[in-house]
Amino acid sequence: MMPLLTTKGLSRNFGGLRAIDNVDFALMPGEIRAVIGPNGAGKTTFVSLVSGRIQPSAGMIVFDGADITNLPAYVRVRRGIAYTFQLTSVYANLSVYANVALPAQLTLRHGSHSKSAIQAAVMSALERTGLADRAHMPAGQLSYGHQRLLEVAMGLALKPRLLILDEPTQGLADSEIDNFITLAREIAKNATVLLIEHNMPVVMQLADRITVFNAGKILAEGTPEAIRGNVAVQEAYLGTAP
Amino acid sequence: MHFGPHLLLAALEGLVTSAVLALTALGLSLVFGVMRVVNVAHGEFFMLGAVLAWAITTAIGGHPALGFLAALVIAPLIVGAIALVAERLVLRRLNYNPEATIVATIGMLYIIQQLALTFYGPEARPVEPPFSYRILLPWFGYSGYKLSVIATSALLLIATWLVLTHTRIGLVMRATQYDSETAQAFGIPVGRVYGGVFALGAMLAAIAAVLIVPISQAHYLMGQDPLLLSFIVVIIGGLGSLRGTVVAAVLIGLSDGIISMFFSPTLAKIIATLLVAMVLVFRPQGLFGTASR
Amino acid sequence: MSEASPAKAYALHLGVIALLFVLSFLLPEYYHGLLARIMVLAVFAMGYNMLFGYVGLLSLGHAMLFAAGLYGAGLAVIQLGWSVPLAFLGGIACGAVLALVIGLLALRTTGVAFMIVTMMFAQVFYLLILYFAAWTGGDQGMVVPQPARVLSFGTTSLELTNPTVRYLTALGLFSIVLLVKLAMVRSRYGRVLVAIRENEERTKMLGYDTFSNKLAAVVISGTICAASGAAYALLFGYVGSSFASVQYSILPLLWVLLGGAATTLGPLIGTLFMYYVIDITSGYTSAYLLIVGIALILLVLFFPKGILGSIRQRWLGWLP
Repeated sequence: MMPLLTTKGLSRNFGGLRAIDNVDFALMPGEIRAVIGPNGAGKTTFVSLVSGRIQPSAGMIVFDGADITNLPAYVRVRRGIAYTFQLTSVYANLSVYANVALPAQLTLRHGSHSKSAIQAAVMSALERTGLADRAHMPAGQLSYGHQRLLEVAMGLALKPRLLILDEPTQGLADSEIDNFITLAREIAKNATVLLIEHNMPVVMQLADRITVFNAGKILAEGTPEAIRGNVAVQEAYLGTAP
Repeated sequence: MHFGPHLLLAALEGLVTSAVLALTALGLSLVFGVMRVVNVAHGEFFMLGAVLAWAITTAIGGHPALGFLAALVIAPLIVGAIALVAERLVLRRLNYNPEATIVATIGMLYIIQQLALTFYGPEARPVEPPFSYRILLPWFGYSGYKLSVIATSALLLIATWLVLTHTRIGLVMRATQYDSETAQAFGIPVGRVYGGVFALGAMLAAIAAVLIVPISQAHYLMGQDPLLLSFIVVIIGGLGSLRGTVVAAVLIGLSDGIISMFFSPTLAKIIATLLVAMVLVFRPQGLFGTASR
Repeated sequence: MSEASPAKAYALHLGVIALLFVLSFLLPEYYHGLLARIMVLAVFAMGYNMLFGYVGLLSLGHAMLFAAGLYGAGLAVIQLGWSVPLAFLGGIACGAVLALVIGLLALRTTGVAFMIVTMMFAQVFYLLILYFAAWTGGDQGMVVPQPARVLSFGTTSLELTNPTVRYLTALGLFSIVLLVKLAMVRSRYGRVLVAIRENEERTKMLGYDTFSNKLAAVVISGTICAASGAAYALLFGYVGSSFASVQYSILPLLWVLLGGAATTLGPLIGTLFMYYVIDITSGYTSAYLLIVGIALILLVLFFPKGILGSIRQRWLGWLP
């Protein structure tokens, strides 16, 4: 099987700092991949490069067999790479409905143009995330946990092939985290998921494979069991975890 | 007159323009640098300085130098006080939001201009120079006062630079410019610094106006050109950079003097404005500046 | 931003248009002429609002787009002898092309730099009008001769100098632009523009080419403003450089701020209200710029949402 996403020699410098250093990475279709690593390891920089929010200093990104290194972010989104923000950045002044309608109407631009088609797509994404009964609230009035779910709903409405979730459980209550795990498993039925996550129980429950970043490089990669037993990882990361 | 002397005359005139422009633009640049807001009413503070200079010299009478010196001290103080009041009453309440500030300072521009028209009138009025000594060059005589304007301006610029780099006030201003939140956390009264900087910017414009009034007359619309030219200088020199501001002022002043001697002033303005707009579009950090922060 | 009640919104807008139509037969002559002028200028304000209200781009150079329509139509009639409809379209085309060029350049900047760049381009445009005084009449301006201001359809002809014809033509233009804008605001494109205003970075990451969307908005805005300028030249017969000056870039901003940014009817209310204030105060003072200045400061300080924006926030959430 061909990987959905590969990077070759991907690097990004900020001034003198090599935030991402010569990373070769491959992601198979349908998997849930967790990216972990200590703070400053380059996880967010890495997914920002993949999504096109920042440009690489060197290297190449291939998505679905095509070189996307030089494509602007919005084209990558249209090709199926959706990114949900680490810090919630929903449109606070717009309704929950309008927040999801924006990605939904883009996805439907080639198909049915009717209002009802958009409405169906929006409500489907809201129902999957459990926000349907809040559709007409201004997004800014949602609780923090619900805003995070709205981020996910916006990503879902794009009908992505690769959904990048940047610390989706940060700030969620325990019960909300359980719901999120169920949701993520369901999303993975139709999409590949790339997940940056600090919460190790979530990572261990969800991930098919785990990639560990340290100092801008890939330190280790493997199944949750293999990573749990990896001494280098324990030294670099798990050992310092509380 | 031959071409050489002609050019020398143009260059001298250009230097006078540069000197006044550097002071005015420095005021605009300080306000932008420290407060991150654009003061569209800056040209009106310049105009107020000139109009007040006329009022003060007329009220005092006697030897022209007496009235002029009084104007040089009093006019900037009054303008600074007006600016301070405007800053406290309006800009602070807007939280220095850049776009709201521009709209509000446009409002100030109209208010000041209209009040000047109402109370000062539409006439252009001269102020007598403090002295009328002429320096005789081999080809033409040149006003000693104009040369003294260049010297005064240079002294003031150096003084400002020294204050900014060698005093506690300058340190506080630079700290606020670099990161106002951290400055606040370290106990710097950021609000008062902003008030002071806004007043200082207006005062620099007023001083420049008092210096130029004996050469060109006081008029209620005279703030428009200095505003535009200051914008040009600040943009070319790099927003918030003192050295860039001075270099750009000399460049613009000289080329303005020389170009307008050979071309139509309207055409010169068209070309200059278009070029500066292009600089802002393609090289927003200015020709000399480096990207700030 | 409500999804509900399109019927209510359309009923309100058609009601406003009907009211303006009825007023044509009721108003005394002076106010009749004034309202015709206000409707044309409200179109200018609507064009400005398109960019400022919905996309959040604050331009200080829209006078050049109004003037592009004004001079485009005026010069076409005076210098080239074009008919009124052709000149109108020519004026609009001038504005659209100018807006495209300015947009391509100015949209490379953001925030304060965008404001200054647009102001400088407008200044260049203004100075060009003065510089080419031989064609443009310089700061004196030009009068569009009365015989040229006629709409001919076969044998019948309408004289635009006739007050009723002028009023109804202005109303026609106003109504078309108002309804088009209402439809646009409620459309998917309108939703994208608001999203760019609220959070451009996020909108990019939802797959939208924000630059092209903003450029389209600049061109639409320029086209509407130029339509207003072209109509002004043909209906009121005067083409002058003061319409290209900085002041005419500030006025639409003031009208929109006053009426309410990002509201469809705000530009009309703002223009109407400002003219009304100036009209009643002109008895006491000629210092009309003073009022403009004070109004600008009071609005940004205490009333940043404007009249309709505040009404929408407090009472009528459905107001488009």
